[in-house]
Formats: sequence, C-alpha cells, structure tokens
Amino acid sequence: MIVAKRKPIEEIIEEVQAYDKILLVGCNECVTVCEAGGKKEVAVLASALRMHFMNQGKEVKIDEITLERQCDHEYLEELRNQIDQYDVVVSLACGVGVQFMAEKYMNMPVMPGVDTCFMGVTEERGVWSERCQGCGTCMLAKTGGICPVSRCAKRLFNGPCGGSTNGHCEIDKNVICAWQLIIDRMKNLDKLEDYEALVPIKDWSTERAGGPRKVVREDVMQ
Amino acid sequence: MRLQYPSNVKIIKLPCTGKVDLIHLVKSFEKGADGVCVVGCLEGACQFTKGNIRARKRVEEAQRILDSIKLGGERVQMFNLSSSEAPLFVKVISEMTEKIKEMGPNPIKTALKKAA
Ligand code: SF4
Ligand code: SF4
Repeated sequence: MIVAKRKPIEEIIEEVQAYDKILLVGCNECVTVCEAGGKKEVAVLASALRMHFMNQGKEVKIDEITLERQCDHEYLEELRNQIDQYDVVVSLACGVGVQFMAEKYMNMPVMPGVDTCFMGVTEERGVWSERCQGCGTCMLAKTGGICPVSRCAKRLFNGPCGGSTNGHCEIDKNVICAWQLIIDRMKNLDKLEDYEALVPIKDWSTERAGGPRKVVREDVMQ
Repeated sequence: MRLQYPSNVKIIKLPCTGKVDLIHLVKSFEKGADGVCVVGCLEGACQFTKGNIRARKRVEEAQRILDSIKLGGERVQMFNLSSSEAPLFVKVISEMTEKIKEMGPNPIKTALKKAA
C-alpha cells in the first residue's frame, strides 16, 4: 500500500484559513489502513477544524466524506453533484488522489491533508515501513525476494558495503542491513550460490530518473 | 463508603479505558466539555493487558490536537487508580475541576451558547 502520515493540524489550518466552505475527503484504501486519511482521521480533523474556527468566531461549513478510492474516475465522480457547494477541498488520500481530484475538478482548490511517504507494509499496528520504490524493473528474483533498491541505503546490488555491522546498516543502528537479510534468506532457501552471481548494471531508465512514467495496456483499453 | 465529588462532573462508564478512542475525546470538546479525565486501572493491572496504556497514548494525542488549535491540551488528562481508591478518585477529580476552573470555560461551549 501507499503509506502516508497525518499532516500537522497547524499546516492544514494554514491551507484552509482563507476559505469558509470546506469539504474533507478521505480515502477508503491505503490511507485507511495506515490510519492517516480514512473515515476516522477525517472525523478527527473535521472536529479539530470546527473547533479552531469556532474559537476564532468564524462561521465555517465543514463537511466530511470518504470515497472508496481517489485514484479512479468512478469514485471521484461521486462528488460531481455536490462539490460546487464548497470553496476548497482537503483530500486525505495520498498525493496521487489529491492530484487526480485536482485534475478532475479544475476550478476547485484541492489541498493535501496527509504527507505521502512510501510504498510499504504494516509491520504491526502503528508501524509502517518501506518495501518498494517502483523502479519499473523488479529484481527481487535475483535478491532472494528482498529489495536492495528500497532497503539498502546505497542501493547496492552485489553484496553489502563495509559498513554493515552485526546485521545493521551504518546509517542507523536501527536499520537492518538489506544485504544481511538477502544473505540470510538465500541461506534459508539453500540458494547461497545465487549470492555469487554478479548482478549486472541496472537499467535505471524505467525508474523515476527517466522522467514521469506511464503504463499502457492496449489489450485492456476501451 | 459514600464520598462527594464535584457535582458538575459527569461520569461515563466504560468496560475498559482501552475503549476510549481519539474521536471520543476530541468530540467531547466540540460538544462543549470544559475538561475530560480518563480514569483507568493502575498500569500493569489492566484486565485486557494494555487497555490503559493505549488510552494514555490517545489522551496524549488528544492533548496535542487541543494544543494545536489553542484550546489547551491540559483540558484532557489520564489518571490511573485502582477501584478501591475512592478518596483518591475524589481528590484527583476535585483537583482537575479546580485546574479547569483556572483555565476558564471551553471557548467552544461559549461559542455554541452564543450561536443557540
Ligand atoms: S488514492 Fe491513494 S490512498 Fe487512495 S486508494 Fe488510491 S493510491 Fe491508495
Ligand atoms: S526491485 Fe524495484 S520494483 Fe522490485 S521491489 Fe525493489 S523497487 Fe520495487
């Protein structure tokens, strides 16, 4: 999933201070799972904003809605008949959802309600960590299913650097060395010989460095 | 034992403080509460192991939110007492009531009254 974290309320107040009809829009998918922008977070934010404006003696309409997703036309369309009642939208979806909303409703200011962080997993409730950077050419088959692009600070592909100590990365003793994980896993799989195979230079043109990306599937297009 | 606690305190009973959600705390202030005490069992004595520890974290989060909208985070507090400590309960509640009195009423309550 896409992992996001809640934005400081002060920052959101700054985004919407000049408006008086505000719609807060949550997303039922990734940001609900990482507890940053689902129905509940929308309710807490709405309540805090209402109190903020009441405290200032300003009458502001604040409504809440949570869509199934904000990265698909069909769900964003659900707002078509009501969005004109507002003068600003705060989207608590990831940056993808915020932008798609803005593209669809060209005359409506759309503000981000969360900080989008990475693609990752729920390690345990309240702890999320990164697993993939969408490099466009997945190499997990060569690295025991552990991604050195997202999990090795130096993105090394042929074993650890000299800074790996007791299984931890030299950038931070709380970060596990991705190569330690890869080697442990290869051992478990009885595939340590894979570690000896040189991984050739990676083609980075499919990664973000090659500019904005797009996937087109003509066979499923309508 | 019959003890008197401040009459303006309204008690909401819950099976465990672990049931208290952030939204309940925040909404209480939106509805005009001047202060909220979450009173749980002693740490380490939770029947559900971590209910009261979780409640404390949520209270701390509610404090941050109230501070960020300048309502005063101290309006919400967590206390850990055992159910046999009635005098201590009265003491804690009375002190909290005094503290809230010093802070003044919740400005939201005043705004709601004006609007009504
Ligand atoms: S808008 Fe973002 S958070 Fe919502 S489902 Fe799509 S990718 Fe996930
Ligand atoms: S190799 Fe690329 S696509 Fe595969 S998990 Fe890592 S970043 Fe993601």
